[in-house]
Amino acid sequence: MIKKEPSMDAQKDLLAGYFARLSRAKDEGRPVVYTFVPGNLVELMAAFDVAPVYPEVNALQSAMRQRSGGFIREAERGGHSEDVCSYVKCDLGMLAKGNVGPTGDTIPPPDLLLLSFTGCFTFMKWFELLREQYDCEVAMLHVPYVGDGVVTDAMRAYVVEQLQREVIPKLEKVTGKRLDLDKLRAQLARSRQAEEDLAWVFKSARQRPSPIDAYFGGVYYIGPIFTSFRGSEDACRYYAMLRGEVEERLAAGLGPITPEGSLGDEKFRLVVEGPPNWTSFRDFWKIFYDEGAVCVASTYTQVGGTYERGFRHDPANPLESLADYCLSCYTNLPLPQRSRVLADMVKEYDADGFVIHSVKSCNSFSAGQLHMLREVEKLTGVPGGFIESDLVDARYYGQANIKNRIESYLQMLHARRTGAPPPAAPRPERIHLEVVS
Amino acid sequence: MRLYLGVDLGSTTSKAVLVDDDERVVGRGITNTRSNYDVAVEIARRDAMTDARLALALRLLGRDGHAVAEAFWVESDLHRLEALRQTCRATAAAVPGEGPRLAPAVDVILAHMADEGSTLFNATARSRGSFFRDIVSARFHALAEEQCARSGVDFERVLGIYDRAILDAENQLIDLPFVDVFAAAVDRAGLHGDRREAAVAVGREVAHAAFDVAGFVGTGYGRARLPFPRECIRSEILCHGLGAHAMLPATRTVLDIGGQDTKAIQIDERGLVTSFQMNDRCAAGCGRYLGYIADELSLGLHELGPMALTSKRASRITSTCTVFAGTEIRDLLAVGEKREDVLSGLHRAIITRAMSLLARSGGVNDQLTFTGGVARNPAAVNALGDMVKAHYGERTINVHTDSIYTGALGAALFARRGVPAEDLPSAAKECKGCG
Repeated sequence: MIKKEPSMDAQKDLLAGYFARLSRAKDEGRPVVYTFVPGNLVELMAAFDVAPVYPEVNALQSAMRQRSGGFIREAERGGHSEDVCSYVKCDLGMLAKGNVGPTGDTIPPPDLLLLSFTGCFTFMKWFELLREQYDCEVAMLHVPYVGDGVVTDAMRAYVVEQLQREVIPKLEKVTGKRLDLDKLRAQLARSRQAEEDLAWVFKSARQRPSPIDAYFGGVYYIGPIFTSFRGSEDACRYYAMLRGEVEERLAAGLGPITPEGSLGDEKFRLVVEGPPNWTSFRDFWKIFYDEGAVCVASTYTQVGGTYERGFRHDPANPLESLADYCLSCYTNLPLPQRSRVLADMVKEYDADGFVIHSVKSCNSFSAGQLHMLREVEKLTGVPGGFIESDLVDARYYGQANIKNRIESYLQMLHARRTGAPPPAAPRPERIHLEVVS
Repeated sequence: MRLYLGVDLGSTTSKAVLVDDDERVVGRGITNTRSNYDVAVEIARRDAMTDARLALALRLLGRDGHAVAEAFWVESDLHRLEALRQTCRATAAAVPGEGPRLAPAVDVILAHMADEGSTLFNATARSRGSFFRDIVSARFHALAEEQCARSGVDFERVLGIYDRAILDAENQLIDLPFVDVFAAAVDRAGLHGDRREAAVAVGREVAHAAFDVAGFVGTGYGRARLPFPRECIRSEILCHGLGAHAMLPATRTVLDIGGQDTKAIQIDERGLVTSFQMNDRCAAGCGRYLGYIADELSLGLHELGPMALTSKRASRITSTCTVFAGTEIRDLLAVGEKREDVLSGLHRAIITRAMSLLARSGGVNDQLTFTGGVARNPAAVNALGDMVKAHYGERTINVHTDSIYTGALGAALFARRGVPAEDLPSAAKECKGCG
């Protein structure tokens, strides 16, 4: 059994507390705002004391508890095709079945649908469907696509203007409160503090052995800061605690924690692109740690903030800072920039290779990934691996197929590294091969 | 003699290859994969060992060698047929009611097949990729139909007994007494007098030749099920790369279409993999798809390719989904498409899918080597040639006659190379310096 560290329990408690508190929001007179992880404006929402809901987080949490399949089938019975984003179907299916969230608490209906990131076109359609269902207020923030990889002053000003003219007035309308700028600044200052600690944690993977798995462990680390806790005292405490634990692991020369204990022998260092599969998360992870493969960096842990790359919220310029946050999240970057991020990480973390996990039901994110694979190979001279499955639809996940590909890829890396075939097959004493002739 | 064993447990066939210290192939075995993977692998391994002994015998026997070796496999199959006969008797006896009454009918058919001997179990059948089960089952069906029509015995019930028995029989291991079988083979080959005595003596000699399996590696679709330590398992992608390199050293791209997987592999001048792509969990367009097509058309798998080659105009196929293979064919035949045109279209569809994987893996570099069960299919090979030329220009496309063994050969080579150099006899010849 895995030896838990205090931050693991703390993270779990935060999540459970969030869902429990959310279920009481209406009773407590807190308006409920649905929004998405990339480019979320949680500090602004907290300044208005609303209860945020992240439908894609509900979907992945449902998937990790093996509940997404039923929700997806429910949505498909309602007419949604197999090819529609499985996050969307999981959410709509959950709604159709009473909107009982992953922890068993009921998710309250929204007072406002706040679309604060438009890099994913599906998000817009998703909220259109929810708007039909709930007939509530909608605020849409159009975030320009950073097509050439540079955030310009004009882009920033465009987003700030929308915050002032569209988003803040809508929040004021549903809450009946005026924006308290000092409260927002205080939120942003705490965000910055937690971001510092999280960035340090991710950077710790530059060491050998890496004390963390920045992908499979990383998705737990990003949980609080990507969702409703950024800017909270709870988040500051959690990330300080996490950093302390990682500092200890680093000092002790320990590898990352896996579901089967600390990884002893770091054989491969990998960078990963794309979200994990959530329905078979543990099995997916096991394929890697069974082979001694550690994910030292990932792009998925940057979809809700590029802290490793230096982004920090700035309390001195609150609205501009929120605009920069929305504009610079990983999902808003063009393919050359994404390739560059991957290549930089391969070099910075001294990785042996990189793996792209392409997601069937997410066309907007998966399109172009094979092109990126070749680009990153060119930029780094390191060969890439490619696997395919899905976010929360178990029908698209094939353990044997993915295991085959990852094992083959790692054996290929080994052969290339040593210029020779993989490690010696042992002498046959370990197995009895009877000769019958 | 020191040998290295490579085993490739595929979804359709299980292969074993033995190489010696100099990486020469000395024995090969192949059988159909069945529900009991361990038995399939063990049969392939034993056949490879037997093959290695027969290869030794060939060297010693000179001109009589080939006839004896060929007769050996016939005798070996007759041995298996006898075991099947026993299983059929036991199965019939266990059927309540009329089982015992049907037993003689089943027995007579099997006895007739045993009398057919080398007419039934011949090299031609084996070269078509038919295994013991395929050969025996096809013949049993034909004979049972005739016999039941004559005698009035219920054909379905006779077949029911056979079907149960063959499943049991093929999941049992049979010990083959090499010396006895070899002696019977010598007789079957028609050797007399001194030649006979000399040949039988060779059989005894090679039966006791010491084979030391110094290393082994398992690979293939079912490799995780092999009773091998984890360190002795290799990905079939690496094994196909190394195996193709060993067979055809100029190979730079490998296309392997097996029963469940299609893989496009790029290798360097040492046979090491530099990039690869394979199908996702959907096995559309893989070998299994052709198996379903063959069943749907009541054809043997080996008949599909030649029939497709007679087509003048390939039908347009929209899907290579294995699940809908039957529907696809029936729809096309229903609107009047010719069978050979449909088959031609199906082969092109399979290769179109493979071309996509090739492109994703880095294209087609000269030379391309096509491996896996589907490489035996001439229509697939033709379609590949056409499409490679259209997309990439002139490329040499190799289909080795032994391509089915590519993965097992790569595994055997990994086993051989895994043994430290100082442990090899050749190392002893090298000067290690004085003092």
